[in-house]
Amino acid sequence: MKKYETVIGLEVHIELATESKIFCSCSAKFGGEQNDHVCPACCGMPGMLPIVNKHVVDLGMTAGLMLNCDINRVTTFDKKSYYYPDLPCSYQTTQWFSPVAVNGYVPIETSKGKKNIRIKQIHMEEDAGKLVHDDWTDTTLVDFNRTSVPLCEIVSQPDLSSAEEVVAYLEQLRSRLRFAKVSGCRMEQGSMRCDVNLSVREEGSDKLGVRTEMKNMNSISAITRAIEYETARHIDALENGTEELVQETRRWDDIKGKSYAMRNKETAGDYRYFPDPNIMPIVIDDEWFDRIKGTLPELPEVKKERYISELSLSEYDAEQLTQSRALCDCFEAAYEECGQAKEVANWLISDCMNILNKKQMIADDLTIGGKALGQLIKLVLDGKVQRGNGKKILSAMFDEDITDVEQYAKDNNFIVSNDTGAIEAVIKAVVAEDTRSVADYKSGKEKALQALFGKCMRQLKGNCDPQVLRTMLIDIVNKS
Amino acid sequence: MNIYLNKKENAAAGAVALDDLFLTKDMPTTGGSKMLDGYMSLFDAEIVSGLAAAGYEIGGKVNIGEFSIDLMGESSYYGACEKDGKLAYAASEALSEGAGAVMCLDVNGTPRRAAALYGKVFVKPTYGTVSRYGTIAVACSGETVGVMADTAAKCGEVLSAVAGHDDKDGTSLSEAECAKIKNGAEFRKITKIAVAKSICESADDAVKAKLAKFREVMGANGVEFTEVDDTVLALAKTAWNVCMSAELCNNVSRLDGVKYGYRTKNYKTIEELYTNSRTEAFGDLLKTAILFGSDALSTENYMKVYDKSLRIRRVVSERLQEIFADFDAVLMPACGKDSYTMADVKADKYMAFKEALYTAPASLTGMPAVVVGGVQLIGAAFSDQALLDAAAAFEKEAK
Ligand SMILES: [Zn+2]
Repeated sequence: MKKYETVIGLEVHIELATESKIFCSCSAKFGGEQNDHVCPACCGMPGMLPIVNKHVVDLGMTAGLMLNCDINRVTTFDKKSYYYPDLPCSYQTTQWFSPVAVNGYVPIETSKGKKNIRIKQIHMEEDAGKLVHDDWTDTTLVDFNRTSVPLCEIVSQPDLSSAEEVVAYLEQLRSRLRFAKVSGCRMEQGSMRCDVNLSVREEGSDKLGVRTEMKNMNSISAITRAIEYETARHIDALENGTEELVQETRRWDDIKGKSYAMRNKETAGDYRYFPDPNIMPIVIDDEWFDRIKGTLPELPEVKKERYISELSLSEYDAEQLTQSRALCDCFEAAYEECGQAKEVANWLISDCMNILNKKQMIADDLTIGGKALGQLIKLVLDGKVQRGNGKKILSAMFDEDITDVEQYAKDNNFIVSNDTGAIEAVIKAVVAEDTRSVADYKSGKEKALQALFGKCMRQLKGNCDPQVLRTMLIDIVNKS
Repeated sequence: MNIYLNKKENAAAGAVALDDLFLTKDMPTTGGSKMLDGYMSLFDAEIVSGLAAAGYEIGGKVNIGEFSIDLMGESSYYGACEKDGKLAYAASEALSEGAGAVMCLDVNGTPRRAAALYGKVFVKPTYGTVSRYGTIAVACSGETVGVMADTAAKCGEVLSAVAGHDDKDGTSLSEAECAKIKNGAEFRKITKIAVAKSICESADDAVKAKLAKFREVMGANGVEFTEVDDTVLALAKTAWNVCMSAELCNNVSRLDGVKYGYRTKNYKTIEELYTNSRTEAFGDLLKTAILFGSDALSTENYMKVYDKSLRIRRVVSERLQEIFADFDAVLMPACGKDSYTMADVKADKYMAFKEALYTAPASLTGMPAVVVGGVQLIGAAFSDQALLDAAAAFEKEAK
């Protein structure tokens, strides 16, 4: 058998994290009742004119800069015409002639080493609606909640050559774009999906083979399986002549583990692109450009190295934290407040993540303030709040906005008491009440002291230095 | 005659009428098309709110040709407006019946043509002066909200009620540009007029007589006329036909029978629903324009036809700038003939495209134009008031 290589290019669609849609003020939030987030504009009713949501352009530029692209200082929106019931205007407003960003690259690392994947362009566009088939009445209904939700499409050059590289590339995109708050990039919610263009050629050949495209792939495992399947199918066709390869769009069936040719009707057509006369070319001046450039975050891998070298975190901790911009932001603010990197990392990686997991949320959903977390850790380290109570306060921070942690601790009796009079009163009451344990202890049963200690601590709500309590307790029991 | 599609019977004399491309919540808005027969908008056009705020009463909606791309409204689903065997125009007839003014969306010069034929004044202001929010989009890059009235003063008065920046229209002029038009000081009184030589010569004798009359009256008033080369301006016609058809093809594509508007009874598949709804609801001229526009935007023809038209648009604008360096306005007819009949239109279905020779230069470039005394004056961007002043001067002297 000859040696073959796979040539893959990806078109990745990500949903931009804006509050509102791209050309109207409807909410762009995921979910909601069907046709809740709609207005005459995103339903394609006559008379509405598109007004570009500037935040979408901000995010398009941010995506471009995060992926090392050049930003087109004059960028335009164009219309792409096709008929489909989920497309209310029968055209999609996208960028064809002058996309926001071009000529970038993303470095990836796989078992075969390091490599740059070139980005051809990034363009902004609107999403289409969703068709819902109602089996009961045998009709198809349209949900326009998604129409005009802002997307950006990242088109790579055909620089990828294996499923492993594709996965590494997607993970780089996801990590960078999530860090820059461009998108949640959550494949399970459809906020990241990709079209895979694949062809196979003899190794060393400079001619591309016949290309097939698989659309709307929305999980890493499906993408991996589909690439492996398609590669094998192409090689089989070339090697054994099992079928004639044609340029076509195919649908991946992840359950059957096979790809199928789509009907020609669904793919053919001339999109009749032309510039949208209702949207003036967008001119990105130096001020705008610099403002966006100024908001770019440190790249996750750079952050990770810095956490290890400057803050002496372990590789594991640094890796865990840099999975999410929200964790990093919280970590950095908390560290600034309390100066204890390792301690903050522990609180975030174990305690905070546990709480998030219980709430079925992910690290990006973390909302607690880093400064407040730092204050809390400081109170615990200074012995002002018992560690156990600290965890209770942390838990409360997920449910309510606590900015002054010390005040909160005071208001809720979580501050360790130094009032020996109060401690003494509690001990005396316990000793007077539990005469049996006192007798047991005096007869030599050490465990009985622990029972008394526990009772006192509970009555003091844990707000007591255990060492002080123990000493005072022994003293009082012995005297009794 | 089908003048009003909807008339408020209790409206006072002098109320302002709207052509049926302006969306209104309290009356249907059809665009003159079967496709939108009975269509009720959820919101009012910006000009409707503007007129109300300025204290104008809306008297009703007048008939127009299907999406106003035709010659004289003859392609309306509700029937042409005919008078004495000739094509009349609903907007100008409404004025004759007592409307104070009629707001018209000037898509393919139809209201300018009608004003010229029936002795009305029409102002098509600088592109972007009046918000297009709430107008049924046809040819967005050039269509302009204008005012038809009996006098230039009335046109100016109503225009000032609806002019101004609007955040809901991305092509709306900025506040500063609107102020520039309002104040008008930058533009002197019109004293030097360039005459578009070949375009004037192509008109029939009756139109030529109106041009001569205009020159005579204004000439006596100290205005100087000079004939200029208008070869480039004549190119505007084809370029506008292409741009208009392409944009129209795209804009009416949302009228697919799925969401609102006419839906055929005769369909089994979604493709049949689209095709049959549109086939049954759209008129012949509109279909011609759709095919023409669709072809212009095809991958094969985009550069040859559409992109070239965009380049011609720039060249025509540059030529007009050049003329405006030496002159205050350009004179040309608004139509080539003194009257049109249904038979004319039936004999030549491309007539509306051909007559764009006279209206396309201003449509394509967004320059302001005023029709008065049966002729058309085109001015530089933002010189709207100077044009209206010249029209008023003509009215005064012609009496
Ligand atoms: Zn909307």
